[in-house]
Amino acid sequence: MRKQLMKGNEAVVKSAILAGCRAFYGYPITPASEITEAAALYLPKAGGVFVQAESEVAAINMLYGAASAGVRAMTASSGPGISLMQEGISYMAGAELPCVIADIMRGGPGLGNIASEQGDYHQVVKGGGHGNYRTLVLAPHSVQEMADLTALAFELANRYRNPVFVLADGFVGQMMEPVEFPQEAVEAPTPHWAVTGTAETRANLITSIFMGADELEAHVRDLEKKYKLAGQREARAEEWFTEDAEIVLVGYGIVARILKAVCAEARDGGLKVGVLRPITLYPFPAAHFQKRAKRARIFIVVEMSNGQLYDDVRLALNGARPVEFLSRMGGNVPSHEEVLRFVRERAAQLGQKWRVHAAPVESAAQAGQKEKMAHV
Amino acid sequence: MSSEAAIEYEVAQGRAKAFYPRFERKDELQHQTHYCPGCGHGIVHKMLARAIDELGIQDRTILVGPVGCSVFTYYYFEVGNVQAAHGRAPAVATAMKRSRPQSVVVAYQGDGDLSAIGSAEILHTANRGENITVIFVNNAIYSMTGGQAAPTTLLGQKSTTTPDGRSAATEGYPLHMSELLATLEAPVYIERVALGDNKQIAQAGKAIRRAVQNQVRGLGFSLIEVLSPCPTIWKMSAVDAQRWVREVMEKTFPLGVLRDRTKDAAPKALPPAAPALEEIPRILGVAEQDLPAGNAHAMEPGRDVDLEVRIAGFGGQGVLLLGEVLAEAGLDAGLEVSWLPSYGPEMRSGTSNCHVRLSSRPIDSPLVAAPGILVAMNEPSLRKFDHSVRAGGWVIYNGEAFPEDCVRQDLHVLAAPFTQLADELGDARASNMIMLGALLEIAGALPGASVDAALRRLVKNSRWVELDLRALERGRALLKHSFPEVIG
Repeated sequence: MRKQLMKGNEAVVKSAILAGCRAFYGYPITPASEITEAAALYLPKAGGVFVQAESEVAAINMLYGAASAGVRAMTASSGPGISLMQEGISYMAGAELPCVIADIMRGGPGLGNIASEQGDYHQVVKGGGHGNYRTLVLAPHSVQEMADLTALAFELANRYRNPVFVLADGFVGQMMEPVEFPQEAVEAPTPHWAVTGTAETRANLITSIFMGADELEAHVRDLEKKYKLAGQREARAEEWFTEDAEIVLVGYGIVARILKAVCAEARDGGLKVGVLRPITLYPFPAAHFQKRAKRARIFIVVEMSNGQLYDDVRLALNGARPVEFLSRMGGNVPSHEEVLRFVRERAAQLGQKWRVHAAPVESAAQAGQKEKMAHV
Repeated sequence: MSSEAAIEYEVAQGRAKAFYPRFERKDELQHQTHYCPGCGHGIVHKMLARAIDELGIQDRTILVGPVGCSVFTYYYFEVGNVQAAHGRAPAVATAMKRSRPQSVVVAYQGDGDLSAIGSAEILHTANRGENITVIFVNNAIYSMTGGQAAPTTLLGQKSTTTPDGRSAATEGYPLHMSELLATLEAPVYIERVALGDNKQIAQAGKAIRRAVQNQVRGLGFSLIEVLSPCPTIWKMSAVDAQRWVREVMEKTFPLGVLRDRTKDAAPKALPPAAPALEEIPRILGVAEQDLPAGNAHAMEPGRDVDLEVRIAGFGGQGVLLLGEVLAEAGLDAGLEVSWLPSYGPEMRSGTSNCHVRLSSRPIDSPLVAAPGILVAMNEPSLRKFDHSVRAGGWVIYNGEAFPEDCVRQDLHVLAAPFTQLADELGDARASNMIMLGALLEIAGALPGASVDAALRRLVKNSRWVELDLRALERGRALLKHSFPEVIG
């Protein structure tokens, strides 16, 4: 299979169209704009609709309209835009409308900055809109996964009639890696519940209003059943050298890539380290954590946010093992060195010895840094 | 009178077919609407339903209901129904019409919905000239929530949030949405009508029918504003409320046609037919047969490559392109590759840098914390990253001489005025490719054919390809000359 070099953001759009997406409504924002730009280029050619909306509020409500009309639809944004979309996301979850939303995270709160961060975890994974609903959340850590998980997002959105997020940090959106796509485009039949302006769909109604207390409670219980089912069937995680791991590193997106590099070096140093990477953030792959807790002595959560993933890991472990936490924010990325140092410190506390023949932690980089400081 | 006699009458105006015979979506009282006695919604509903009947479009009609008193339009209209968030009906309607161009989409909104919270959506929908119909029912107040002020509330009019009456000094003036929208180019038809008396009602009926018909004919955006009584919230009798529409509301909101291009407007073209599903991969540029085969066979067999490069400079120096050519060449040669940019706002004198990895094994992290090769296109970039280069690594620096205070004993340094060298070749902007030439010579890993192929793929202008190829050669020669021991 021949691969091509492509940005994560562009891969999202191509994969979406192959997965049957025929409507994109968006509003520009760094670092997600390439998705909207690629959608503007490709959707009309593929027989779809592209509109640059006047705001994210309008964009998500256009998605509501497209999904009501039974068309596979998506949008893309970053933190500030996702905040504005929360109204429509709640309505779509309430009206059981499928859609895919890519959130390419930047720094916050407020205007924050445009650098890569993971601070949207809570607003996306816990649902930032009003009411009793959830969104399914997929977290790619490579360009190939940007493509694959976008396709999966459409599948899940339609299966569960619910908004599905592709949650990536700015790095995963902006970086280029080789990627391959399926060679057949998905045929997306119009769902039976849609309102399409035809005799067959005239009796259909799309709404999130349920006036009676019992009626609304029954509706919300139905939604709950869906989420529970998704929890049983859709939770996904990647396990990387976790079989015998005593120290389990946890992270998603770009952080997971760093953790894999750290894991390799830590293993060289004789430490039994593994990486547990949630691929679905909702449903959270708690069973993977419970399984690894049997052997692991400690879990270390690394994230580019203020302890948001950390909360879910602690919930999943429910006190079974201690959970340590390392974070960088504002566009700073936890470096290989600082994660490795953190791991070595924790390993030392657990009485694990670093093998002498392994590469020293004080790397050439730090030696260089010292030298540089001496010059100043 | 017998019961037989009672049914001997002629029905002049029967129930419109676009209404459900019985309102089964309602919990109770399914034979009547939820609207208060004297409310204008019932009349507007009837006129819309009759227009749907007369135009024969019941199956094709999609009614987008708002938040407000008419939130329950789906109780009554036997058409496709979609209930929208407060103020967002025009956005919802936009997308429905775009994806289902054969449908007839009507957004039905109140004045709080359209003129306050939905002011952006209606403005832009009208400005795009969406081929939809908007019915805008204006009763100058928020009724369903119990009588709060709206942007349309009249000066001096009391509401629960303007207890002393609306004051221009603090609440501004009544917002004239129809006049405002009529300043736009795209709308085809905008008229303000009223339900103040039977004559006005008859005119309202005609206007609504025409607004729907325009859409059926494909002409574009039509909006009818209906001044409508709300006896309950206005605390008036139905008769007084109707009189108030006629004698008071109308003074602030004069009736009439604000835009009519119905005669001149040409029907909008339908979107072109969608391509066949089999065409999609090719349209997206991902069809395998269209992708280059690559030059993996040109790689030295068994060669273990692990190249970690950091490239930094000012925006516009070709930092990202240098990295891209390198990554693309690596992919062409069958290696695992990653390219990760630092990205910033598009502004003057921004700095730019990227991380590139090429490896014969899967790449764990695309972040290059300790590069084996640093390409520094200016002094600030050198100072920012030189400390990160791993011992024994290389720095390719665009400058006459390495700054004295930057010298690390454990690095190889190629410092040269690359910009000047490029200028001598014909264009200073080719300096990035001279630096790449030197880098390729240091790395020694990539087949020349792969570099050529990458360059041709990424640089479309043949004049530039030719210049870049000479620049690469210049860079290779420079390195060979400066470090003859590296070769081989």
